Amino acid sequence: MSAPVRENPVDKYLRKERMPSIWCPGCGIGTTVNCFTRALDASGFDLEKVAVVSGIGCTGRVAGYLKLDSFHTTHGRAIPFATGLKLARPDLNVVVYSGDGDLSAIGGNHLIHAARRNADLLVVCVNNFTYGMTGGQVTPTTPNPAIASTTPYGAYEQSFNLPHLVASCGGVFVARWTAYHVRQIAKTMGEALSKKGFRFIEIIAPCPTLYLRRNKLGEGLDEMKFYQEKSVVMNGADTREVGLDFRDEIPVGKFVDIERPTLEEAMEARLSKALGTKYVPYTSPGKA
Amino acid sequence: MSNASSPGVLTGSHYLDGDHACSEGAIAAGCRFAAGYPITPSTEVVERIAQRFPQVGGRFLQFEDELAASIALLGGAWGGAKALTVTSGPGFSLMMEHLGYAAITETPCVYVDVQRAGPSTGLPTQPAQGDMMQARFGSHGDYRIIALCPNSPQECFDLTVEAFNLAEEFRVPVLVMLDEVVGHMTEKVVIPSAERIPVTPRKFTKKTPGTFKLFEPAEGTLVPEMAMPGQGHRIHVTGLTHDERGYPAMTVAAQEKMQRRLFDKIVLNADRIVRWEEKHLDDAEVVVVSYGITSRIAEKAIQAARDQGVKVGSFRLITAWPFPEKQIIELSRKVKAFVVPELNMGQMMLEVERIAGGRCKTVGVPHVGGTVHNPEVILNAILEAVR
Repeated sequence: MSAPVRENPVDKYLRKERMPSIWCPGCGIGTTVNCFTRALDASGFDLEKVAVVSGIGCTGRVAGYLKLDSFHTTHGRAIPFATGLKLARPDLNVVVYSGDGDLSAIGGNHLIHAARRNADLLVVCVNNFTYGMTGGQVTPTTPNPAIASTTPYGAYEQSFNLPHLVASCGGVFVARWTAYHVRQIAKTMGEALSKKGFRFIEIIAPCPTLYLRRNKLGEGLDEMKFYQEKSVVMNGADTREVGLDFRDEIPVGKFVDIERPTLEEAMEARLSKALGTKYVPYTSPGKA
Repeated sequence: MSNASSPGVLTGSHYLDGDHACSEGAIAAGCRFAAGYPITPSTEVVERIAQRFPQVGGRFLQFEDELAASIALLGGAWGGAKALTVTSGPGFSLMMEHLGYAAITETPCVYVDVQRAGPSTGLPTQPAQGDMMQARFGSHGDYRIIALCPNSPQECFDLTVEAFNLAEEFRVPVLVMLDEVVGHMTEKVVIPSAERIPVTPRKFTKKTPGTFKLFEPAEGTLVPEMAMPGQGHRIHVTGLTHDERGYPAMTVAAQEKMQRRLFDKIVLNADRIVRWEEKHLDDAEVVVVSYGITSRIAEKAIQAARDQGVKVGSFRLITAWPFPEKQIIELSRKVKAFVVPELNMGQMMLEVERIAGGRCKTVGVPHVGGTVHNPEVILNAILEAVR
């Protein structure tokens, strides 16, 4: 007698007709998506009110696999698209989901300005230290001296400490986990989904096909063991202290959790103060 | 088609410059979302919007650059708002990728481009019509947009309303292409009462979730209905070649189907879109083809030529894209020559020449920009052409 087939609880969050995904075996992106769906499941949010925006690249494909209102935008521009979407639709919970190259290289300017203005977005950054879809080039997060296709003799630039970058620009919620920390990711995502303002979660994830192979670091599983051994939980750490060095310890945890007015709140407050009764607040087209 | 709603419609006679008239046109058309980045000579459009929007329930944000502004525009549009961005030559260049994204995702939105002289930074405060081909070909790949060319502040108002209506009707980015002179000249602008301003509302589908496809043309048309997040359709929008559901489809067949329709919905509907103004064409042997501020300079030359007994007429492009191809073909069979003065080295002249197909002469009257033509130069070109 065969066992009854049970539906995976995350199935209803996925566009199953689009499976299998394009992601390689051992890639960490799918793991983070699994965590995200579990966070949504636990949150009890109205899924009609959650929209996902991605940029370009391997992580950029997340929007297309989630069975939510979803937007796969242009390279580096997920955050300003999402900012426009959120301003036009304050009734939505808007999540940006993209990779390190997309968000911190080509999209770096948008990242810092969205953090500065406290745009009401959750940004999930899957950091695999490389451009996966274009063949493993160096990114602003590639640690020195890792090998990439465009740094065949090893990377030599200082890499971004993304939690510090975002925190220093004014992000109100900043956390980092690795793809090994599935429960922590889901919990942190749930917490961040419920918070207002610019929220940033960095997830260190393996790219076995390009980053690990080129640096002779083994398979995806080997990398998970590495994350297990090298991660150090440092909740509340000074973000200046959480930079990453090649194959060194990985500080993880929730580093920042503060409150300040969001872009919309600041905008509304200023305009109503300046205009008084003349101020006509914006009405979301979603309210009609 | 319905009418503008009265809040925000500045009914009456006003003394406005072209940039401000565009802002009022946008507000009258129901635009309540704008994203911008400052650039001369276009910024006055969003400066007025920044002042007016909080009093009419609109939201404006100045972004960190044109790349951000031009995609925040699309985020706003997909949110369900009628959305506007504003720029000039170099900023328009930076917006090109997102013009293509707007075209492939069939996002209704409006770009106001107040042209200045280039290339590159060029002459920031001085006029040109240097973006005509950029508007048409600036983003990579093949696509079609709609571009309107006002020649007065009044038309800046009227055509901005029209731009929003066309954007909704065809789910396409629409460009309102001023030049610096039209943007900064101040004239009387009459704004009708709200009920006399036709406004095309967004066509949100009434189909139930599961039965609606975001990129499937509505019955009997080439244009799909719209949806927005939160309606239960779980829409997916991508700049990749996609199928009718919006899912990426990396096949030649999908490319053929999608791109053909993007093309056809504008090209095959050209008769409904194309607008022009003609004068003295009945007996014309020579026709001056012009647009924007140049058309007003050309009027002087045409009058002077007529005074000398030259049979010259005027054909003014109100839509530059799609180009009034049929009308130019018809004229090319009747006249000796087209004279095309423009504030560039001959961009639309190439289109006129191509369409005239050797049936008559095409004489360009190029100008590097920075100022407008001396009417005498156009007159001389007319006299030369009629010989």
